[in-house]
Amino acid sequence: MAVGDVTEDRGYPLMSRLMPVLSKVLQGLLTLLAVSLLIFLAARSLRGDVANMILGPHALPDQVEQLRVQLGLNQPLWTQYINWLGGILHGDWGTSLASGRPVSESLVIGLRNSATLSAVALAVMLPTALVVGVVAAQYRDGLVDRIFLITSMIFNAVPEFVTGTILVAIFATTVVHWLPAVSFIPPGDSPISYPSALILPATTIIIPGVMYLSRLVRVAVIDVMTTEYIQTAVLKGLSPARILFLHALPNAIAPIIPAASLVAAFTIGGVVVVEYLFAYPGVGSALVDAVTNRDLPAIQAYVLVIASAYFFFNLIADALARK
Amino acid sequence: MTTTTDASLELPRPRKARATGLWRLWSSAQVRLGVTMLVGITILVIIAPFLAPHDMAAPVGRPYAPPSPEAWLGTDNLGRDVLSRVMSGGIYLAWMAPASALIAVSLGAAIALIAAYYGGWTDLILMRCMDVLLAFPGILLTLLCVSIFGPAPPLLVTLVVLTLMPGVARVIRGAALPLLRQEYVLWAKTVGTPGRVIITRELLPNVSSPLLVELGLRLSWSVAILSSMSFIGYGIQPPAADWGLMVAENGNGLGIQPYAVLAPILMIVLYTIGGALIAEGSARIIARTEGEA
Repeated sequence: MAVGDVTEDRGYPLMSRLMPVLSKVLQGLLTLLAVSLLIFLAARSLRGDVANMILGPHALPDQVEQLRVQLGLNQPLWTQYINWLGGILHGDWGTSLASGRPVSESLVIGLRNSATLSAVALAVMLPTALVVGVVAAQYRDGLVDRIFLITSMIFNAVPEFVTGTILVAIFATTVVHWLPAVSFIPPGDSPISYPSALILPATTIIIPGVMYLSRLVRVAVIDVMTTEYIQTAVLKGLSPARILFLHALPNAIAPIIPAASLVAAFTIGGVVVVEYLFAYPGVGSALVDAVTNRDLPAIQAYVLVIASAYFFFNLIADALARK
Repeated sequence: MTTTTDASLELPRPRKARATGLWRLWSSAQVRLGVTMLVGITILVIIAPFLAPHDMAAPVGRPYAPPSPEAWLGTDNLGRDVLSRVMSGGIYLAWMAPASALIAVSLGAAIALIAAYYGGWTDLILMRCMDVLLAFPGILLTLLCVSIFGPAPPLLVTLVVLTLMPGVARVIRGAALPLLRQEYVLWAKTVGTPGRVIITRELLPNVSSPLLVELGLRLSWSVAILSSMSFIGYGIQPPAADWGLMVAENGNGLGIQPYAVLAPILMIVLYTIGGALIAEGSARIIARTEGEA
């Protein structure tokens, strides 16, 4: 029996409404805990000890031992896990082995840059998907619709780095030089003040997102347009525009909202490759750097942050779909 | 045992609700095109290394030289022949992507059918495990594990399987649940057919069409994930030739020698679209048949 089934408390209407949400959040937290354990164990099994990594290959054995005690590496694995998790809850994400600075410093900058990129991408993606989907639905089975279906299939299948590289070839190198191929943003500045550096990475995220969402919009609009309710509106002689915007669209948007939230989650996953491609200074490219440097505390922190954000949007999608 | 035979004598065996044939999917032009593309690319990729005009690892000219009669697609960042490298660069994908997709779809389907058929705790535990895997963006898991164990092809295949399997399990479980209420499944249960047999003989054939959709979709995703990993430097390692890797290696020369980047990109695009065409064509046929029913 699923946990979500314990909702039929007829006597407590408020409880029965809150229970599914609460159990979902509880399940979410448990999943996130499992994920954090997975990250911790994976990072711990990295070849070589953190102490060895810090001191290098020529360190004396007792030096390594001393540092191990200092870092708490001699404690049992699960005490280490509790300490790590406790530290994170208090805002202590550990110290980067590469820079010697607290991980949280670069994490804040990376998060701001990544969040800006995702937000800009989503802000353009959602309205565009709505328009494209409605237009395709209007020309259902016509030439425009067919072209749309083929294009959207292609861009949904192709990996982000391919879309991104083609965009770079067209707008930054081979054809014209309108935009920078590399997104340089100084650490202290907000990406918003460098719009030209944002355009290509954002577009790389927007294209597949629009292609995916607009398909759903198209199907939803087609479904709504064939209902009796819209047929009645047509027979009443209402103008097509009025039918579309006042009657069809509001009903077509409902099934798309959870999908949009899911796309937000996918955006976070895809952001790793896109940021790497454009050397955009966000959490994704920082993670790739940390992996290259074998910077354990940083890897743990970035993976946990990206996984949490991903999970958060999945949870929203789930909650919206449930309603 | 005797009761089983008795019961089967008394109950007339109901007819199967749906034709199982995957052949009806062949009527879709998209499926035919997709299969042709994939088969064509696979054959090409296997025989091409023998036909390559130059040694793919040896320089034939200066770096980033434009196309010439010597090197039809020019040279790459180290002066190697782009055409020869593109011809040799699909061999890893050609086995890793289908292997990942096949294993992911088989395991996902097995988990889904077991979860759907037995229900209860089995269902809860299996699907919750899938949820945990789904909660982890695939690229993160891959990056994390590859950083620990190194980019060995079998590990990469395993990671792609882990990334794709939960999605397959969810979809196939959804397709299998309504089947459990079908007469022929109820009949099989009543006469005491073991669960293992019901799953393989009754449920599996009836989810074969959604399975093909999944296979096409996941194949194109495997290509995407594997080539993305190569692109960010945690997949196939140099000096081997690999399409994703070639895009990364020659990215800096995009302005002077675009063919070194665009040729491998074209191959990745064709490969991913092949899978997507199969998925889309099959899905359309399924929707049409269900609309008629």
